[in-house]
Amino acid sequence: MSESFVPNLLGRSDYAIISEIIEPNARVLDLGCGEGELLAWLAENKHVDARGVEIEGSKVRQAISRGVSVFHSDIEDALADLPDQAFDYVILSQTLQESRAPLKVLREMLRVGRRAIVAFPNFGHWTVRLAHMFTGRAPKTKLFPHDWFDSPNIHFFTVDDFESLVQLQHWTIEKRIFLEGARQIRILPNLLSEVAVFLVRSS
Amino acid sequence: MITETHIVQFDSIALDCGSKLAPVDVAYETYGELNARKNNAVLVLHAFSGDAHAAGTDQSTGAIGWWDSMIGPGKGFDTDKYFVISSNILGGCRGTSGPGSINPETGCPYAMSFPPVTIPDMVRLQKMLTEHLGIERLLAVSGGSMGAMQALQWALAYPDAVAASIPIAGTARHSPQQIAFNEVGRQAIMADLDWNEGDYYGKRPPARGLAVARMVGHITYMSDESMREKFGRRLRDQDQFEVESYLRYRGSQFVDRFDANSYLYITKAMDYFDLTAGRPSLSAAFDGVKSRFLVISFSSDWLYPSYQSLDIVRALRGRNCDVAYCDLPSTYGHDAFLVHVSDQAELVRGFLASTFRERASSEQAVRGRS
Repeated sequence: MSESFVPNLLGRSDYAIISEIIEPNARVLDLGCGEGELLAWLAENKHVDARGVEIEGSKVRQAISRGVSVFHSDIEDALADLPDQAFDYVILSQTLQESRAPLKVLREMLRVGRRAIVAFPNFGHWTVRLAHMFTGRAPKTKLFPHDWFDSPNIHFFTVDDFESLVQLQHWTIEKRIFLEGARQIRILPNLLSEVAVFLVRSS
Repeated sequence: MITETHIVQFDSIALDCGSKLAPVDVAYETYGELNARKNNAVLVLHAFSGDAHAAGTDQSTGAIGWWDSMIGPGKGFDTDKYFVISSNILGGCRGTSGPGSINPETGCPYAMSFPPVTIPDMVRLQKMLTEHLGIERLLAVSGGSMGAMQALQWALAYPDAVAASIPIAGTARHSPQQIAFNEVGRQAIMADLDWNEGDYYGKRPPARGLAVARMVGHITYMSDESMREKFGRRLRDQDQFEVESYLRYRGSQFVDRFDANSYLYITKAMDYFDLTAGRPSLSAAFDGVKSRFLVISFSSDWLYPSYQSLDIVRALRGRNCDVAYCDLPSTYGHDAFLVHVSDQAELVRGFLASTFRERASSEQAVRGRS
């Protein structure tokens, strides 16, 4: 198996990948930015123009206290306000599966941003498949640790699902990075990657 | 922190109504030190009934400033880092020229001959004050309620003179409900026979009318929940509820420190303030602003409801302006920005610090190039 280790950033390997993709001084919007850790890091180290959106009030307070400009709102409403192509990158990290209308969110991301960076947990990972097959229940794994009745996740999709959606929409994938823990996966991503990071632009 | 109110007099100011006020006094206080680069100045803007005494203990009266919880060493507006300026608004009655001031042409108080003033007029006078203090560009302007209107007006009128604007519990224009409450207050004053068409200086002022106006105001500043918490249905004595006694006390207290004619002028200025006037949209109003924004609202504020702050934020985002927004949870109603300040102070502290960092590094870059 061909693989390499990805450094982590703020304890997360997907953040490390995202921070490598984004060039200095870019305009960046992070949807579901939490307490603004990634944006604060990008502002400090890459001097990006950093903005965020977060629905949870306590996280918004943390993020603003950190100096990050965050809008207290849900993602769909927040995107609707913005003019076309206002950002170089729009980030959606580990949130697409929680979104009520994922396709609408992706379309909006590509409207307000030149590129979208989408990171999500891969529902096709072998542990998920095994859990489902052997228990006969909604899979509960390291990646998807919630009980079905209190999971924030409402859409379950795999690497292949995402790729085919992009194809259907005639968007272009400029980069795809697959992770298992801190290792980068190069073969059988739909089976082996826990988290996938895609850099997408509309054609 | 012991403080003192200063007065500066300018020759004149041109007003939106077309007339000129000459001379014009401004009462102001400052806290902290202006740094050598003069880039750490913050102007705080008071609400309807506030004054220049925003923080600390007044050296003569011992009164505590109206935003003392927010301004001081280590507080939201940290006077160890920033030079904080606070002034009384034009049309007021706490040292800045207003209807109670003496008209030099007649030697008598202006009363109702004082020219109508607007929020932009108030801001123009504040700009004269900051220039007088040697400040070209403020780090931030901030205020709650009517102070938020001024903070917005600053960013529009003087885009190059303000790095950040922090409107709190405010609006871009009054709703009919807000105008209605103000009108009840005005009518209470004018229905008092002692008002005498505004000509009461040196005589008995319209104290009953002004007190009723203030009582209505206080109801709108609280929330259903905060009133239940604070008063319940407790009786003060046999025939008076606690809440009645409180409102009467606040009403009578107000009469001692506020001029009824100022009440009329200032509430009119608030009601007429409308950033959308003469423009296709609120968003269009923000064409040309250069500052960043921190907008704060409070969940239980029904006088300046969160949707009004959100309208401002959406208009700014539509222009892709740099804006942070948080709706803070509170049960204190509109008063929250004065009394429930812990979260608000955190937001302001972080926002000011990052604005100061950005400003310092961009100034460094400019110096590097030249």
